[in-house]
Amino acid sequence: MGKIVRVSGPVVTAEDIEGSKMYDVVRVGEMNLVGEIIRITGNRATIQVYEDTSGIKPGEKVETTGKPLSVELGPGLLKSIYDGIQRPLDVIRDKTGDFIKRGYTASPLDTKKEWDFVPVVKKGDVIKPRQILGTVQETSLIEHKIMAPFNVSGTVDEISDGKLKITDVFAHIKGKNGDTKLTMRQDWPVRSIRGVKSKLPPSIPLITGQRVIDTLFPVAKGGTVAVPGPFGSGKTVVQHQLSKWADSDIVVYVGCGERGNEMTEILTTFPELQDPKSGKPLMERTILIANTSNMPVAAREASIYTGISIAEYYRDMGYGIALMADSTSRWAEALREISGRLEEMPGEEGYPAYLGRRLSEFYERSGNAIIDGSPDRNGSITIVGAVSPPGGDISEPVSQNTLRVTRVFWALDASLASRRHFPSINWLNSYSLYLGELLPWFGENVSKDWPEINGKMMSILQKEAELQEVVQLVGYDALPDKEKATLDVARIIREDYLQQSAFDEVDQYCSVKKQSVMMNLIMFYSDQVEKATSAGVSMEAIQNIPSKEKISRVKEVKDKDLQAYVADAMKSIENDIKAIRGDR
Amino acid sequence: MVKVGYKSIREISGPLIFVEGIRNAGYNEMVSIETPDGQVKSGQVLDTSNGLAIVQVFGATSGLDNVNTVVKFRGETARIHVSDEVLGRVFNGLGDPIDNGPQIQSSEKVEIVGDAINPYSREEPSEFIQTGISTIDGMNTLVRGQKLPIFSASGLPHNMLAAQIARQAKTLKSDDQFAVIFGAMGITSEEANFFMNEFRKTGSLNRAAIFLNLSSDPSMERIILPRVALTTAEYLAYEREYHVLVILTDMTNYCESLREISSAREEVPGRRGFPGYMYTDLSTIYERAGKIRGKNGSITQIPILTMPGDDITNPIPDLTGYITEGQIVMSRDLQRKGIYPPVDVLPSLSRLMNQGIGKGSTREDHRGVADQLYSAYANGKDLRSLSAIVGEESLSANDKSYLRFADEFEKRYVNQGLYEDRTIEDTLSLSYDLMSQLPVGEMKRLKKDFIEKYGKWK
Repeated sequence: MGKIVRVSGPVVTAEDIEGSKMYDVVRVGEMNLVGEIIRITGNRATIQVYEDTSGIKPGEKVETTGKPLSVELGPGLLKSIYDGIQRPLDVIRDKTGDFIKRGYTASPLDTKKEWDFVPVVKKGDVIKPRQILGTVQETSLIEHKIMAPFNVSGTVDEISDGKLKITDVFAHIKGKNGDTKLTMRQDWPVRSIRGVKSKLPPSIPLITGQRVIDTLFPVAKGGTVAVPGPFGSGKTVVQHQLSKWADSDIVVYVGCGERGNEMTEILTTFPELQDPKSGKPLMERTILIANTSNMPVAAREASIYTGISIAEYYRDMGYGIALMADSTSRWAEALREISGRLEEMPGEEGYPAYLGRRLSEFYERSGNAIIDGSPDRNGSITIVGAVSPPGGDISEPVSQNTLRVTRVFWALDASLASRRHFPSINWLNSYSLYLGELLPWFGENVSKDWPEINGKMMSILQKEAELQEVVQLVGYDALPDKEKATLDVARIIREDYLQQSAFDEVDQYCSVKKQSVMMNLIMFYSDQVEKATSAGVSMEAIQNIPSKEKISRVKEVKDKDLQAYVADAMKSIENDIKAIRGDR
Repeated sequence: MVKVGYKSIREISGPLIFVEGIRNAGYNEMVSIETPDGQVKSGQVLDTSNGLAIVQVFGATSGLDNVNTVVKFRGETARIHVSDEVLGRVFNGLGDPIDNGPQIQSSEKVEIVGDAINPYSREEPSEFIQTGISTIDGMNTLVRGQKLPIFSASGLPHNMLAAQIARQAKTLKSDDQFAVIFGAMGITSEEANFFMNEFRKTGSLNRAAIFLNLSSDPSMERIILPRVALTTAEYLAYEREYHVLVILTDMTNYCESLREISSAREEVPGRRGFPGYMYTDLSTIYERAGKIRGKNGSITQIPILTMPGDDITNPIPDLTGYITEGQIVMSRDLQRKGIYPPVDVLPSLSRLMNQGIGKGSTREDHRGVADQLYSAYANGKDLRSLSAIVGEESLSANDKSYLRFADEFEKRYVNQGLYEDRTIEDTLSLSYDLMSQLPVGEMKRLKKDFIEKYGKWK
C-alpha cells in the first residue's frame, strides 16, 4: 500500500503504490479521495486529487484502482447531471446533503432501473466490434443503441429480450479468445479517443434558430466554434440558446469552472421548454456536466474529457451531438494550476507548453464521421467552446490556440452588449469558414435567393462601417442621399434582424424560413429606397415613413401569420414611398 | 488534549515559517505560534511533507525567532463557533470578538472552508430586492441570492452606495428575517467608522455581524476573514432561515494579500503578479452566495472592489466579473458632474435580472423599458462624442433628441439623493417621462401594447 509523502493543494506525492501506472485512478488518504497519477519518478507517484485535500497528512494511505479515469456508458445518461468525474450530483445530494462532501462515490448510472431491451441480432449471428446488438428507449426522444464493445467480436451464443438492468448480462458472445458476457453498462477511459472509420466534409448546417448565426456565421454539423468574449458579453446566453434550439439530436453541456446558478437555470428551465421539432421537453435530450468554479480544480480539468467521451458514445450510435464547453479558459487555468504545482517550466503566461496540443486534441474529437460497425452509420459532434480571455483581449494563449483549430469564430463584443444588442456577435470581426460550403444547402433547402441576399446583407454592413468613419469626420448631413440610404438599411439590418431577444417567447427561436422572409422584406425596403433616392427623393423624407415600424415588428410575428404580415408590410412600404414621390 | 509544541523552525521568510522534525501535519491544518515574548499568533499549513511543514502566519512575523518560538499544530482545519449570538457583535478577521463581549459558544465548530454547494441543490434566485436606487432596480435589478459586486475606484462613493443599499433593501414580502454580515478587509478606520455609524443610526446594528480587519491589522488575516464571515452567513441563512446580505469590502485588499502570500511562496506569477489560482480562490468566496432548494434563507453578496487605475481589465475586477452575476460600475466622469450615485449603467449588468422582474414581481414592461433605456443612452453617448468632433449643428433632429435624452437621463434618472428611496413604480414611471422625449417610432424594444398602456407620448 502506498503512503503520502507530501500534500500541496490538489497535488499529492506518494511512495510505493503497488502497480502504479500513468493516469490510473487512485484513492488517497483515509477519506478515500479520488485522484489520478500524473507523474512517476522512481518509486514516487505524483497525483492530482479531484477533491479538496484539507486535513490530509503525509503518512496516510494511497491505493490504486488499477484503472484509468473512465466514464460509465449505458442507458440512463440522458437527463443526468454529473460533476467533472461523472459522479451523479442528484444522488450525491440525496446521500450527503446540499453541500458536496468529500470521498463519496456513487454509480453514475442507475443500476436498479429496468429497461426494455429489444435485440436486433439473433443467436448465431456473427458480430463485429461496435455493432448494434439491440435498442432501449432511453427517453421519449432518444433510442439508445446498445453496441458491442470495441474489443468484442464473434458469434452470438445467447441474447436476451425484455426487462433488463444495466448490470444484467444480455448476451453471450463466442469469440476466438473465448466467451464474453455483455452488459449494457460499459466503461471508457476518458482520455482515449473513440476512433472512427473516416470523417466527412461538413455539408449540413446546424440550425440554431439564431439569425446572426444561421444567416451570417453558420456552423456545420460536426464543426467547431470558438466563442471568445469578455465577461458580460453573453457567452453563456449564446451557449444556452444553442443548447435549447440547435437541431442536434443530443446536447452535452459542460459547465466547466463557471457559475452554479447557471447550471441551476438549465436544470429548472429545460424540463419546461419544448424541443421545436418534437414538442418534447428539452431535458429528454440533454446531459449536464457541472463542475462549477468553486468545485475542485482537478475535476474541472477532467470535465471536458468526461463530456466529450459521452458525446462520442452517442455519436457512435449515429446521432448528431452538440457539445457546449463553458468555458475552456477555466479548463486551461486548471491545467495551469496543476502544472504550476508540478513545478513544470511554464510557457506563455504561465500556461504549460502543452496547452496548444491539449486544446487541439480536444477539438479534433469533433467531426462528422462514418462509424464502422455494421451497419456503418453517420454521426457528428459539433463543439462550441466558450473562451473567457482576461480583459477581453484575445491575444492571450487560450484564445489564440483555440482560434488555430476552430473554423467558426463568433466574436462577442462588449460595446454591443453594453447597449443591449444581443446576441452581441460582432458582424465585422466574426467569421465562419463553413459559409461557402453551407450556402448551397440554404439555397436548395430554404430559398433560392438565400446566398445572394446573404452576400448583399454582409456588404451593406461592411459599407456601413466605412461610412461611419466618414461620418466621424464630416458629419452625417454631408453624406449624399445614396449613402444615407445605405446607413438607414444597415441600421435596420442591425436592429431589426441581427438583434434577437433570448427571452421573448416568439423571437427566441427564428426558423430558417422566417429568416429568409425577413431578409427578403429588408431587401425589398432597400430596393424601394434605392429606387426612390435615385429618382431624387431625399432620405430625410423616407427615413420617417410609418411603415418602417412594420419591419421592426416582424420579430414579434408568429410563423403562421408571417406571410400575410409581410405582404401587408411590403404593400405599405410601397404606398408610403409612392406617397412621398407623389408629394414632390 | 495536550498539543506538542515544536521549537524546530528552520527558516522564516516573509509571512512563511518552515518547521521541521514534526509529526505529520495536515494540509490546511491550523497552527498556534508562541513568540519568545509570550504573544500567540495563528497560522495555517500551506504545504506538508514527511516531517516538514510550511506554515503561513497570520499577522506580522516580527518577534519570531528560530530558537525559542514554539509551534503547536491544532489537529484541525480552521473552524469557528457559530450561533445567533453573532448578531450585534464585532469580530476580528479570525472570528474572535473585539468588542469586549463574551466568546461565541456553540456545540459544534464549523469548518470555514465550506464545501461547495451541490449545483443540483441550488434554487434559482428570483426574488426581486428593491434597493430604491433607480439605476439598480430599473436597469440592473438585484435578486435574493445573487452576488453583485460594485466596481469602484478610489475617491468614488462606493461606501455610501453600499450603505444605502443595506439601508433601503427590501422585498415585497415583509415577514422575513434579515441580517447583515459586514466583512471589512484592510479598510481605514474612518471607513469602518462610517459603516458602524450607518448601522447604528438606522438601528440595524443589532441585526448585523461585523468582521473588521483594518489597514493596520495583519494583512494575512484578510485571507481568512471572508471565509469566516461567509461561514457565519451560511449558518444564519441555512440553519436559522435568515435572509443575509453580505457586504465585503475591499476585495482589492484581499487579492493583494493573496499576491503577497503567493510571492512569498515563490510561485509562478500570473497576470500582474497575481497567482494563477486567483480565479478559483475568488470563486470559493463568491460562489457561496445563493439559495438552496427547500431552505428559506438566502445569501446575497455585495462585494466592493476598487479598480486599480480605474482599469476594468485589471485581474481583480476581471476575474470577479467572470464569477459574479453582473456588476455595478461606478464612473469618475459622472462623479465629476456631481451625480450621485455615479453608476455607469452601460458596463453595469445584472445577470439574474430577468428572473426577478416582469409580470408578478415588478411589472410586465420592465425588461423592455430597461433595454430601451440602455440602447437610447448608449446612442446618446455615442452622439455626444460625435458632436464633439463635428459639432451639434450637423446632427439630425432625431439625433439631437438623443443628446438631450442622455443629459436628462443622467440628471434625473441616475442622479438621486442619498436618502431618496424610489419605489420600482417611481423608477418605471420616470423612465417613460424620459423616453417620451424620443420619437415613439424609435421605441423598438418596447412592445406595442406596453407603449399604449404605459406610454406618455402625446
